[in-house]
Amino acid sequence: MASFIVLTEEQQRLQREAPPEAVLRCLTSELGCLTRQDGSASLSQGDTTVTAVAYGPAEVRMARERIDRATVEVVYKPKVGLPRPVDRKKENIIRNTLESAIMGSAHPRSAISVIIQETEDLGSNLACCINAACLALLDAAVGLNFMVAAVASAVMEDGKIVTDPEKKVEEKAVAVMTFVFESVDHKLVSVLTYGKFTQEQYKVCRDLCRQTAQSVFAFYRESLEKKLLKTV
Amino acid sequence: MADKRVGNVFMPGDVLEDLQVSESVKKIVLGPGLIDDGNRIKISKPGILRFREPGIYWIDCHQKRYVPSKGDSVIGIITQKAGDIFRVDIGGSEQASLSYLSFEGATKRNRPDVKVGDIVYAKLLVANKDMEPEVVCIDSYGRSSGMGVIRNGGFLFNASLNLVRKLLSPQCALVKSLGHRFQFELAVGLNGRVWAKSKSDIQTIAMANGIMASEFMDNNQIKAMCKRLSRAVSGMEVE
Repeated sequence: MASFIVLTEEQQRLQREAPPEAVLRCLTSELGCLTRQDGSASLSQGDTTVTAVAYGPAEVRMARERIDRATVEVVYKPKVGLPRPVDRKKENIIRNTLESAIMGSAHPRSAISVIIQETEDLGSNLACCINAACLALLDAAVGLNFMVAAVASAVMEDGKIVTDPEKKVEEKAVAVMTFVFESVDHKLVSVLTYGKFTQEQYKVCRDLCRQTAQSVFAFYRESLEKKLLKTV
Repeated sequence: MADKRVGNVFMPGDVLEDLQVSESVKKIVLGPGLIDDGNRIKISKPGILRFREPGIYWIDCHQKRYVPSKGDSVIGIITQKAGDIFRVDIGGSEQASLSYLSFEGATKRNRPDVKVGDIVYAKLLVANKDMEPEVVCIDSYGRSSGMGVIRNGGFLFNASLNLVRKLLSPQCALVKSLGHRFQFELAVGLNGRVWAKSKSDIQTIAMANGIMASEFMDNNQIKAMCKRLSRAVSGMEVE
């Protein structure tokens, strides 16, 4: 027998107008999951899973060498097939984000490369990639100015805002935004948006994601503490 | 007197203010992972804050990649002969150079017998972020003092930088307790490379495994592990 919950119009209105919550799917990580790399991390945000590895500071190809700072290289490997132009775009966004976080001037004429392997994409993939890359850099102990945390949010047709959306929600949404914040002053590092939205919605999304990013930073700290205190 | 934050885990971007210093020196020395940023100290690597008298602070982090630093003893592999210098891979971002004259007893006439692929135990003479690192196999008196080409076999393996520092620290019981049970030669480079050689290949591999396994052990566990290891190698039953 199927059961129904009957909502009055008043309840429906309240549900619509309820302030959006800053929620994040369950975060789990494994640091040092691969042994030959300088740093590696596998991160899952809900069911979205990504493995990232970091090398650095390592030898750099002559053409990419910069005399005043380290070259940051990002390679994104999709789950199946060869990288497409969308993946190249993703690489670029991640590289620019990481470049601002990495203390490049400490290692001139060297390369810091990050390789990201998609394992399962079930929503908020870019955010998960950036977070995994940051964890891999932390595991490799590359010098950083600050840590970065990315959170995605989606604006639904009825104006409802969902943070860290799943794939199904992302597909139905009118707009999807990914925000990246830094850990010191919690300022915005990069933004990527798709779809149509108002300025007001943008501000609400940004503030919600900023709130959510705090739990990502707390998660970084927790995972690193677990790893480092084992060493003693 | 040490600050009460010593021993805590810090993350990049964290800021330390008013670090405690000893009365006598009134000066802080900042080690790896700490950056002077005007009136505060910024942290650049995730790790545990450590302190040593009189006023040295540093971040102890777990790292695998070697960053050359002056005076470190490292194990390198000769990769190229170029005129009067050799190129040596020391695991850093750039290959180091090694002059053929910086071996004991080497002169322009009397070149040292070094081939591509040889392993050398050397000291970093120049290590600077803007310059190519340079290694030498002699001390300032022109003596080899243990450095030079490592010959006659053995086994070279990589470990994390923490593990090699642990091996070299006087508090670590590993080398001593291995020495009670095996006859061996060991060279430990600060770049994370360890070379070991003993009477038989089985013993050498057992030792290498023992060294790799000891990373997260304390001294009592290490002693117990060495005992089990020697029993296993000599074919006795492991209790």
